[in-house]
Amino acid sequence: MEVTLRIKRFNPEQDEKPHFEEYQVDVEGTDRVLDALNQVKWIHDGTLTYRRSCAHGICGSDAMRINGRNRLACKILMKDLGKRITIEPLIGFKIEKDLLVDMEPFFDSYKAIKPYLIADDAPSAGERRQSPEERARFDDTTKCILCASCTTACPVTWTSDDFVGPAAIVNAHRFIFDSRDSGALDRLRILNSQSGVWRCRTIFNCTDACPRDIKVTDAIEQVKRALMAEQI
Amino acid sequence: MAYHRYDAVIVGAGGAGLMAAIQLAGHANIAVVSKLYPPRSHTGAAQGGISAALGNTEEDHWEWHMFDTVKGGDYLVDQDAAEVLSREAIDAVIELEHMGLPFNRTPEGKIDQRRFGGHTRNYGEAAVRRACYAADRTGHMIIQTLYQQGIKHNVNFFDEYHLLDILFTDDGACCGVVVYEIKTGELHTIHAKTVLIASGGYGRVFKITSNALAGTGDGVAVAYRRGIPLMDMEFYQFHPTGLYKLGILLSEAARGEGGILRNNDGEAFAERYAPTLKDLAPRDMVSRFIHQEVKEGRGIDGKDYVLLDVSHLDPDVIDQKLPDVTDFARVYLGVEPKTEGVPIQPTAHYAMGGIPTNIEGQVIYDPQTSVVPGFYSAGESACVSVHGANRLGTNSLVDLVVFGRRAGRHMLQHIQESDFLPLPPNPEDVARAELDALLSRDSGERATNIRAEMQEMMMDNVSVVRHEPGLIEARDKLAELRNRYDSVYVQDHGKTYNTDLLEALELGAMLDCADTIVHGALARQESRGAHYREDFEARDDKEWLAHSLIYRTDEGLQLRKKPVSITRFEPKERKY
Ligand SMILES: Cc1cc2nc3c(=O)[nH]c(=O)nc-3n(C[C@H](O)[C@H](O)[C@H](O)COP(=O)(O)OP(=O)(O)OC[C@H]3O[C@@H](n4cnc5c(N)ncnc54)[C@H](O)[C@@H]3O)c2cc1C
Ligand code: SF4
Ligand code: FES
Repeated sequence: MEVTLRIKRFNPEQDEKPHFEEYQVDVEGTDRVLDALNQVKWIHDGTLTYRRSCAHGICGSDAMRINGRNRLACKILMKDLGKRITIEPLIGFKIEKDLLVDMEPFFDSYKAIKPYLIADDAPSAGERRQSPEERARFDDTTKCILCASCTTACPVTWTSDDFVGPAAIVNAHRFIFDSRDSGALDRLRILNSQSGVWRCRTIFNCTDACPRDIKVTDAIEQVKRALMAEQI
Repeated sequence: MAYHRYDAVIVGAGGAGLMAAIQLAGHANIAVVSKLYPPRSHTGAAQGGISAALGNTEEDHWEWHMFDTVKGGDYLVDQDAAEVLSREAIDAVIELEHMGLPFNRTPEGKIDQRRFGGHTRNYGEAAVRRACYAADRTGHMIIQTLYQQGIKHNVNFFDEYHLLDILFTDDGACCGVVVYEIKTGELHTIHAKTVLIASGGYGRVFKITSNALAGTGDGVAVAYRRGIPLMDMEFYQFHPTGLYKLGILLSEAARGEGGILRNNDGEAFAERYAPTLKDLAPRDMVSRFIHQEVKEGRGIDGKDYVLLDVSHLDPDVIDQKLPDVTDFARVYLGVEPKTEGVPIQPTAHYAMGGIPTNIEGQVIYDPQTSVVPGFYSAGESACVSVHGANRLGTNSLVDLVVFGRRAGRHMLQHIQESDFLPLPPNPEDVARAELDALLSRDSGERATNIRAEMQEMMMDNVSVVRHEPGLIEARDKLAELRNRYDSVYVQDHGKTYNTDLLEALELGAMLDCADTIVHGALARQESRGAHYREDFEARDDKEWLAHSLIYRTDEGLQLRKKPVSITRFEPKERKY
């Protein structure tokens, strides 16, 4: 079928500001938006720029705004989008070129919550023990692929630079609720600060945006409750 | 041009590169260069598991793991390396747990284990639970955990830099790399005492593949152009269960948990070919079973696919142990695995071949295993060889952590014992010339069709079943494509994020990989593991119980044989 892609373009070497361009592509309903973008790049215009790698929703490279919602281009099919599709870069980060944005601030927020196991010495032989129930406690947040869909769907991040954003909180949750980890207080203190969880207004955009179906808002609520329980 | 100096530069931030980096962090000054942000590396796509004979749910021993690895590889495995792999797997998996990897757990709180193709109890008696796993996103958890450790240890990451050249002294020692900063188009020379290539595989050479778009064999190709031979390139694994037409992988874990392959008659056909292991026979075999079913007209509706059936499994098992793979079937094919079969076909999955190394990860360049000082490789880009002619499921992740770790440790030793060697004059010349050539043309054929024709041809002629006329056609076609590539036109001439240029560079790398695959496949007149020749159906141990080393020379490609290390298990016929 014939579909029109309206793509926001910006080349920092030529353009003062972004503008839209339209492309006709011939696709199957079961094609991914990524296939359609590739068609534009490979046949019509080699300068079209975006990130991509795995092409099946697990590497987190190609989050973008598709018809106004944050989606992975490789995980949404043409048949679900209509004949005219608008594709824009994520909001809230600097556009580097076309659909590709500066991810450094995103990774900085991630690094800020100490995203690694903080634990006492491991047993000298064998694994640390953890029951299936303890493991289940943080299963949902282990699925995060750092795609930034949630963070850039959040109105709070659009208006303030310093909010760590949902993705960082999701990743803090992954460790705070891991029975093997002892860095919870540290992370909770970071999330209790100016830029932390209290900025969240429970708008649920993040949960809607997450391509891994992580209950993002829920995770944030759990962190808030842990903070209240710890009385930090 | 920018100049940097590090004790070690690691190219590739997948499981292998990061595991090496963690050994070095804090002890040496290191840089990790990657064309993708590290967590985007394809290690994150690995689903099913990582094997180690922990014996957490039933009796198991590293010797059994070693035997399965050797037999699975159709006896082309170097047994000294397989011993290291299966012994050290145990400790390496525990180390991952200590780093924080959230494995699934047994009721006693230990790491849970499940069955996987070709892994058996007591030298082939029956399937054994050896694969440690985190749902069906084991690789995702490995890449996350290792990246997190990298952050913890303050590793210097050069994110979104593309390798263009590897530098050697006149005496052939490695002394650095030249990389291209994707954001700015600037070249950087990184002067180093040691270089590790951990740049992953090259599944994108084929049309139907489970590999990422970034899986283009860049590091392998650059080494090859610099005179390093490539080993066992003819052995390329086709995984039996890729989503029809898309190639997206449905993990063997689906069969490990009880999934069954069915043909158009609804028959569970694997049983007919492999009475003991059935659907869990090694991948090369199951892929050929499917090929045979399709050839004999028992594909679904006479087409070139069969069904993977998990509908008889407990829905809770599907949701808890196979959530991602069943989701792929829903999202991409609109099929509900709980009630219907999922259309699948073999998909290009894993490169057994690559840059030859010894068990310390040091690159070797001849049949006598002479090492290239300062030069290392690990992971899918390397060939140790622990996978021989066919890799067993879960053994790649083991390979990454075991040999990534060994390479890192050996590099540290080398760094402590040696000085920086002088760089060659004008180190960026080769890289600059390549870029200039690609950016010089204002018109011509773009990479698109050249790449598509290569992928299609490799799929048709060089995949699950091969024969001489097909391979000769492939060789000639590649020569034609190479010709066209020599005048390929890159439309984007900008400096910022020029992904058009990168795709052209990647195509160049893939053409090199394809050349060596075809050359090896044509030379090897036998069938062994993943390399199946219709015109030479038997394994020929007299002539071909040997690795192939392929060199690029002025007179064309040259092949030399390298002996296989056999320590414990004499080659036998492979039956399951
Ligand atoms: C879908 C799928 C499922 C799998 N499941 C399993 C499993 O269950 N068990 C198992 O054992 N194995 C599995 N495998 C195989 C295994 O995942 C891979 O073989 C392994 O992860 C490769 O790791 P690596 O570190 O060698 O390379 P990768 O993880 O592929 O990383 C390569 C790195 O090199 C970088 N790089 C590449 N080229 C350049 C360049 N030119 N310049 C700079 N950097 C570059 C990339 O950015 C990346 O960081 C699976 C593979 C696939 C595709
Ligand atoms: S929580 Fe979901 S949306 Fe947010 S970064 Fe992780 S995977 Fe992406
Ligand atoms: S390309 Fe990997 S998530 Fe889309």
